[in-house]
Amino acid sequence: MMKKIINQPDQVLADMLKGYKLVHDDVFYLEETHVITRSHFTSKKVGIISGGGSGHEPAHAGFVGEGMLDAAVCGHVFTSPTPDQVLSAIQVADQGAGVFLVIKNYSGDCMNFDMAKELAELEGIPVDFVIVNDDVAVFDSSYTEGRRGVAGTILVHKIVGAAAENGASLEEIKKLAESVVAHLASVGVAIKPSIVPEVGKPGFELEEDEMEFGIGIHGEPGYSREKIKPSREIAEELIHKIEVETKWTTDQTLAVLINGMGATPLMEQYIFAHDCLTILQEKGYTVQFKKVGNYMTAIDMAGVSLTLLQLEDEKWLDYLTQSTLAPAW
Amino acid sequence: MIVTKDLTHKWFTLFAEKVIQEKEQLSEYDRIIGDGDHGMNMARGAQQLITLWQAVPPVHLSDVFKQAAMKWISGVGGASGPLYGTAFLEMAKAVGAKEELSNDELVTAVKAGFEGIKKRGKSDIGQKTMLDLWAPAVQDLEKDELTMATLQTALTKTNELKATKGRASFLGDRSINEVDPGAASSKLFFEALIEAGEFGGN
Repeated sequence: MMKKIINQPDQVLADMLKGYKLVHDDVFYLEETHVITRSHFTSKKVGIISGGGSGHEPAHAGFVGEGMLDAAVCGHVFTSPTPDQVLSAIQVADQGAGVFLVIKNYSGDCMNFDMAKELAELEGIPVDFVIVNDDVAVFDSSYTEGRRGVAGTILVHKIVGAAAENGASLEEIKKLAESVVAHLASVGVAIKPSIVPEVGKPGFELEEDEMEFGIGIHGEPGYSREKIKPSREIAEELIHKIEVETKWTTDQTLAVLINGMGATPLMEQYIFAHDCLTILQEKGYTVQFKKVGNYMTAIDMAGVSLTLLQLEDEKWLDYLTQSTLAPAW
Repeated sequence: MIVTKDLTHKWFTLFAEKVIQEKEQLSEYDRIIGDGDHGMNMARGAQQLITLWQAVPPVHLSDVFKQAAMKWISGVGGASGPLYGTAFLEMAKAVGAKEELSNDELVTAVKAGFEGIKKRGKSDIGQKTMLDLWAPAVQDLEKDELTMATLQTALTKTNELKATKGRASFLGDRSINEVDPGAASSKLFFEALIEAGEFGGN
C-alpha cells in the first residue's frame, strides 16, 4: 500500500514547486511551465539550464542559484518536461551570451530538449548542450540506447555553473562539459524500489533479502540481483564495476560523490562513504574532493550510488570548490 | 477511401477516447518494460485534445493533425509526446491546405508521420517500437484497406522482438515476449481509424 504525505497524486509537481518557492524566496517559479529560475541573473553570462522528470529532488531545482544553474525545468514524476516548458526556461535564462542545456541520456529528455533547442534557435537564441551518460551499469553500444545519465550530472552542473559564472563562453562551456562527461562514471545499487505517486505501486519487485546492482534512477533494471551484502562488499563491487568499465588506472586524482537514492538514511550513506573512500585509498587513488548526501534521488528508493570523476584538469577542482548559493549543493 | 475533416476528427477523437479508456493497461505494459507512465502521459494529452474540441471543434482538415500535434508535444512529455507530436505534425504538413484526402494522399500523410517518428526517435522497424505497428498499417492502407487482424498480428510480432531502442532496451532479452507500450498505443491509433473510416470489408 502507498503511504505518502501528499494531497492529490496528480498534483504533486505543482504542490511541491509552490512549496519550494515559498521556502526559497530568492527564486522565481514560472507556474505555467513548472520552471524554477534565479531571481537575479548575471548579464552577459551563459545561462545554464538543467531539468528532467521530477522525483529526483533536490535535483534539479535545488541547484538553481548563483554559481550553478540559472533555471531548472521540472517535468512530471519520472517524465521529461515538454519542449514548451524547456523553451520558457531558455527564454528567461538567456542573458545575451547563449544558453547551455545539461541533459541526461534518456530518449524522452533528449527529444524534448532537442525540440526546445530548435524552437529557441528560431528565436535567435544560441543554444548548445551536453548529454550526460555516466551510468556504467549499462552496456554502451550503437545497438542500445546507451548509458543513462545519473548522479554524476550534479558534478557537471557544478563545474559548468562555476565556469559560466567566471565568464566562460558558450563554446568553452560546451568543450568543458564534454570533457567532464568523458571522465565521469557512476553506478548504483537499490535495496527497495520506489513508488511513483500516480502509479501507487512499486516500479519493480525486490525480495526482502535482495539487492540489485546497477539500478537506474527510475528503477530501470541493473546488471545483477543478489542477496543483500555488507556495505564494504557493496563498495568493493561498485568500485570494481567502475574500474572494469572505465579501465582507469589507480594513479588517478578523483572527485567522489556518494549519493543517496531517497530512502537511505545519512547514517548508512556515511558508513558506505567510509568503505568507498577507504578502498579507493587502499588502491592508491588520490581523492581531492568528496561529497555525501541526497543529490539525485529516485523518490523513495532505498539505495546509494557512487560517482567518480577523474580530475583531468586542475581547474575542475577549483570549479567544484568555488562558492555557490544553490541551496542543495 | 476518401478522408474528410469530419472523418479525421472522428478518428482522432476515438483515438483520444481509447487512450483514456486504456490508460491503466498502457501504463501496466510500461511498468513491465519501461517506467510505467505511458498511459498516464498519453491520457493527459488525449484529455486536453478532447477538452479543446468540446470548446472549439477543428475547422480545417489540417487543424485536426496540427491541434493533436500541439497537445501531444506540450501536454504529454516523456518520449511519447515528441514522437506522436512529431508524427501528427508531419501529417499536418503532408495534408497542407487540402480539405479532403484521396486514399493515396492518406497513405502519403501516414507515411510522413512514420518518417517523423523514425527521425525524431532515431529508430527503425524491428526495434520493438511504435514503428513496428505503423509499418504494417501503411502497407495495408496502400491497398486501401486496414484490418484489425493486421494490427493484432503486428502487435504479436512486436511482442516477440527484443527492444533495442527506448527505455525497454535496458532490459535486453528480458524485453522479449513483453508488450511494447508505444506499439500498443499505436494499435489504438489505427483501430480508431478503422472505426472512423469506411474500408471495404469492415
